[in-house]
Amino acid sequence: MSVIPARGGGEKVGVVPSSAVAPASPPGAGPGQQIAVRRRSAKVPWRTALRRDWPLYAMALLPVVFLLIFRYVPMLGNVIAFRRFRPGGSIFGDEWVGLRYIDMFIADPTFWQVFWNTAILGGLSLVIVFPLPIVLALMLNEVRKRAFKRTIQSITYLPHFLSIVIVAGMVMQLLSLEGTVNQIIGAFGGEPIAFLQRAEWFRTIYVTSEIWQTVGWGTILYLAALTTIDQQLYEAAVIDGANRWRQTWHVTLPGIRPMMVTLLILNVGTFLNVGFEKVLLLYNPLTYATADVISTYLYRVGLVANNFSYAAAIGLFQAIIGLVMVLGANLVARRLVGTSLW
Amino acid sequence: MVTKDILSAPTTHGAVGPRDSRGYRVFTRVNLTLLVLISLMMLYPFVTIVAQSLSDPAAIRAGMVSFWPVGFNTDTYSAVAQNSMFWTNYRNTVVYTVVGTTIAMILTTTFAYVIAKPHLRGRGLLVGIAVFTMFFNGGLIPNYVLISSLGMTNTMWAIVLPGAINVFNLLIMKSFFENQPQELEEAAAIDGLGWFGIFGRIVLPLSKAVIATMILFYSVFFWNDWFAAFLYLDRQELFPVTLYIRNLIAGASSATSEGAALSGMSTELLSANIREVTIILTIIPILCVYPFVQRYFVSGIMLGSVKG
Repeated sequence: MSVIPARGGGEKVGVVPSSAVAPASPPGAGPGQQIAVRRRSAKVPWRTALRRDWPLYAMALLPVVFLLIFRYVPMLGNVIAFRRFRPGGSIFGDEWVGLRYIDMFIADPTFWQVFWNTAILGGLSLVIVFPLPIVLALMLNEVRKRAFKRTIQSITYLPHFLSIVIVAGMVMQLLSLEGTVNQIIGAFGGEPIAFLQRAEWFRTIYVTSEIWQTVGWGTILYLAALTTIDQQLYEAAVIDGANRWRQTWHVTLPGIRPMMVTLLILNVGTFLNVGFEKVLLLYNPLTYATADVISTYLYRVGLVANNFSYAAAIGLFQAIIGLVMVLGANLVARRLVGTSLW
Repeated sequence: MVTKDILSAPTTHGAVGPRDSRGYRVFTRVNLTLLVLISLMMLYPFVTIVAQSLSDPAAIRAGMVSFWPVGFNTDTYSAVAQNSMFWTNYRNTVVYTVVGTTIAMILTTTFAYVIAKPHLRGRGLLVGIAVFTMFFNGGLIPNYVLISSLGMTNTMWAIVLPGAINVFNLLIMKSFFENQPQELEEAAAIDGLGWFGIFGRIVLPLSKAVIATMILFYSVFFWNDWFAAFLYLDRQELFPVTLYIRNLIAGASSATSEGAALSGMSTELLSANIREVTIILTIIPILCVYPFVQRYFVSGIMLGSVKG
């Protein structure tokens, strides 16, 4: 949804693209070509289609032009990774320089440091943040008092609606020298810690705030999937003597497995886009050792130091890895569990 | 057709077991306690920020404020309320949200309607154009270069245009339109209404629920966005309020008075609780609307994830 690819990283839990999950091809059949609304399965020639449906194509024109300009031109704009770019010149660069910028980042030790920082933050998010909404959804699923359940849901969804700037402000406030965390440390007789100035704390802070912001909202899709499980399966399990725990293990979890796999694939695809904006707001030169990620590094290289082509080369590398990982995860998921995005 | 609202949906296997074992009763109690604790932890950052915003700066510096105001006063609120730049930026946020949401709704609704028509020749291509952008996109630098070369830097358009089609929202609307009964449209076509007439006079009035949901999704996005403004705007009178807060935060964390300079206040005042007050004033609209609109968000998400 964004100007910037990395912004999507903050929204790990999105909507499953249903068209991708189940490509719709309704077997509509209707001979009445004169009535345009009829569904048809047979292909009509383009000329007929244009004459009949031109208002529909006209409606799609503006959105398509928008997508071409604001999504596809930047995609082609990545060509400046292989061309010399002059600010104010052509947005596709001026002359070919081959793999110069690619060689440059492969030989750049800072790049590899931020690459591993990114991989570690992304890995921690996947291992720690991803499963928690499943656990919370299962816990909520055991609640029978509807008003209680609804209250808990309202509270846990709330952080999702805050700007990342405000989340960063809250993190800084809680972790400041006078903040709550240091008050607790002080109560136990410890020395206050300047958390945001210490590189060894950054990953903990990042993951914790990520949990706070996303765990509640992340339960929605799982709760939705839970409502689709056939009640008879539970009844059958009870007859077979399964207790609650075994019902959860043998009925509930398999029931939401397609949803888990789908979300996992999407998360793997955004693996390297870890919360660019949050890192940008929370890091500082003192914590670069653990906090600096690919997106923030290319932001500084490109827009602060004005090395557009070099930064574009890094960005292209990141985007291609993202695409490869989503395709790979999809393939693995289809082979192993038979669920995939397409 | 429209998916069930999970807020009102019954617990899935709530009533299955004829009698609960002792172990299960213990589990239920532990589960409820844990959920209450989790909720309190989720709420705590809000509570402490309200407490700080209403406290005496001296008490804050002494680390005495946690969940209740100490030395209750509203001086910082008055100071922020008198800051004209804060209100200028606040108004900008409202303008960007309204304009951005309007543009986004026009593009998203028309496109979703078109790609929901199963008979349309080239429909797969249109869907593909949109969906592909979810998995591969231009990236920071090419986007920046494009916006600059279009001359949008330091204009509202850099903020409101690039976010206009969110593919997730597009797919939610598409699946809504696909699940609408076609008979009404067919009847309208027989009565001689063209595509534009069908869309404007039949489809839109029937889609109020999904349109409301989409307006909410886009409004929250534009209300919360700060990064586009951070990239493309240099003039402070154009900033949205989120960027105002980010400059306060950056000023406080790097121990410079950038934030103070930008907000036109003394560093002394800044170091106390101005950040908390500004945050509260910014999230108040969201907190006020949230209880009423939350179920629309939820049903919107469900609409896109579960085929009806």
